[in-house]
Amino acid sequence: MHLATDSGRLDAAFFALSDATRRGILVRLAHGEATVNELTGAFAISQPAISRHLKVLEQAGLIARRRDAQRRPAVIERQPIAQLEAWIERYRKLWESTYQRLDAALADELDARST
Amino acid sequence: MTTSVSVTTPSDREIRVERTFDAPAPLVFDFHTKPELVKRWLLGPPGWSMPVCEIDLTVGGRYRYTWRSDADGREFGVQGQFTEIASPERIVNVETMDGRPGEVVVTTTFEDAGAKTKFAISMRFDSREARDAALETGMTEGMAMSYDRLESVVVGGSSA
Repeated sequence: MHLATDSGRLDAAFFALSDATRRGILVRLAHGEATVNELTGAFAISQPAISRHLKVLEQAGLIARRRDAQRRPAVIERQPIAQLEAWIERYRKLWESTYQRLDAALADELDARST
Repeated sequence: MTTSVSVTTPSDREIRVERTFDAPAPLVFDFHTKPELVKRWLLGPPGWSMPVCEIDLTVGGRYRYTWRSDADGREFGVQGQFTEIASPERIVNVETMDGRPGEVVVTTTFEDAGAKTKFAISMRFDSREARDAALETGMTEGMAMSYDRLESVVVGGSSA
């Protein structure tokens, strides 16, 4: 992995994911492509607002806009999301390992106190 | 695995870590705030020591952790100051890491759940860039060192 060289893109991705509506849009798109109109109906916010959110997601490389005759459905881009998840997962494992040591220390202490 | 830590990014400047421990909140709190107890789990890998583990658990009080390599004397540390203490439920402190610019506001909560503790750390960074840098490197070298040691224990022990 060459995450350091991708940090600008990851910054954009993290920023894009910091908004609940955008995360919701991604979840929706994970189930299949959708147009701005379809998303507007699903999220009860204005069409321009949906378009702005899509632009942020697109600039972060998290989605793409496909051309299909008169429609421009948004589709999820799985690769950068997988990379982000891998990054968070590695970080998570560092904490998990450290906390497993704390688990053991707590268990020792509880044993010592009960005897 | 019965318990597992969760890591989320609630906003572009934050990291939130959540975990449940099989021990009452006052004990988990002590293991985060009493140096002789912190040293039992926040040590480095074999060949590393934790020569400095100082905690003045008062509002305005400071703390410092340093890890040192026996082989080459290399050191890494973090330090900070407590801004809020509500034992055994909540601690707020401002932290800096050796060799890194900026400060992190760390809020740690210990929620009583009977014989268990719902534990959470929320870290708020100066900027998105600082947050991402911390995520990218695995927070601190100290964490990485603990990880190395634990991995050897886990791999050498029962199957995962």
